[in-house]
Amino acid sequence: MSIDNETRDAILAAIPNLRAFGISLTGNVDRADDLVQETILRALKNIDSFEPGTNMPAWLFTILRNLFRSEYRKRKREVEDATGMYAESLKSQPEQATRLEFEELRTALDKLPDDQREAVILVGASGFSYEEAAAICGCAVGTIKSRVNRARNRLAELMSIEDLDDLGPDRQTRAVLTADRD
Amino acid sequence: MTRNDDKPEEPKPEEPMQQKARARNAAPGSGLTREATIKIGQQLRAMYDEVVKEGVPDRFNDLLKRLEGGEGNGEGSRS
Repeated sequence: MSIDNETRDAILAAIPNLRAFGISLTGNVDRADDLVQETILRALKNIDSFEPGTNMPAWLFTILRNLFRSEYRKRKREVEDATGMYAESLKSQPEQATRLEFEELRTALDKLPDDQREAVILVGASGFSYEEAAAICGCAVGTIKSRVNRARNRLAELMSIEDLDDLGPDRQTRAVLTADRD
Repeated sequence: MTRNDDKPEEPKPEEPMQQKARARNAAPGSGLTREATIKIGQQLRAMYDEVVKEGVPDRFNDLLKRLEGGEGNGEGSRS
C-alpha cells in the first residue's frame, strides 16, 4: 500500500480529533484507539473513493461513526462495562487523571441514545456545521438540529444544570440552604 | 462508504466556527437558557479538547509508517 504524503498528513492531522470523537462515543480510551485504527485501515483501503480536495476529516469521521454503529455498539452491549470501568482505567493512567473531572458529563453522555450523543458531540465539540454533521450521520439537517437540541436538554437535566432564569433572585438563597445542609 | 456529497436544499451560510458563536446560536427553540446551553457546550469541548491535546500517540505514527512500508494489505488489524 502506498500512501502519498498529502494523504498521510491529512490522516495524521485528523487523528487527535478522531480519538476525541471515539472516546466520546465509547467512553473507553483503548476501545476508541482500536476504532481509530480500524478507521485508518478502512480509509486507506478505500482511498480511491475519496475525492481529493474535499473534506477529509468529515470523510474519516463518517467511517469511524459507521464502524462504531455497526460493530462497537454490539460489543459494548455484550461486555456491558459500566462507567466504573472507565473511571478505573483512568486511575491507572495518572497523566489522564484530569479527565475524571468530566465523569459527570461522561455518565450523562452514556445515557443518551446513540443518535443524540453523536449529534451533540459533532456539533458541540468537534465543531462541524449542522450540514457536515448531517452528512456524517446520513440524515437531514433538520434531524440533526432536533437531535442536538434534545441532547442538550437531556444533558442539562442529567447534570442538574438548571435554567438560571427560573432561579431568579432565589438563586443565592438556595445556594446557601444547600451549602448548610451538607 | 458514504461520501460527503449530499446536497443541502439551498446554500446556507456556514455556521461560524468560533466556539462562542456555536453556543450562542443554539438557544432558540431548545428550551434552555443561553447560559445553560453555553455551560454544556463548554464542558463538552473541555472534555473533548483534553483528548485532542494528547496529539498523535506513537501507536498511530508507527501504524502509518508500517503501512507506508508496504506491509499493510487489507484491514486485518486483529490477530
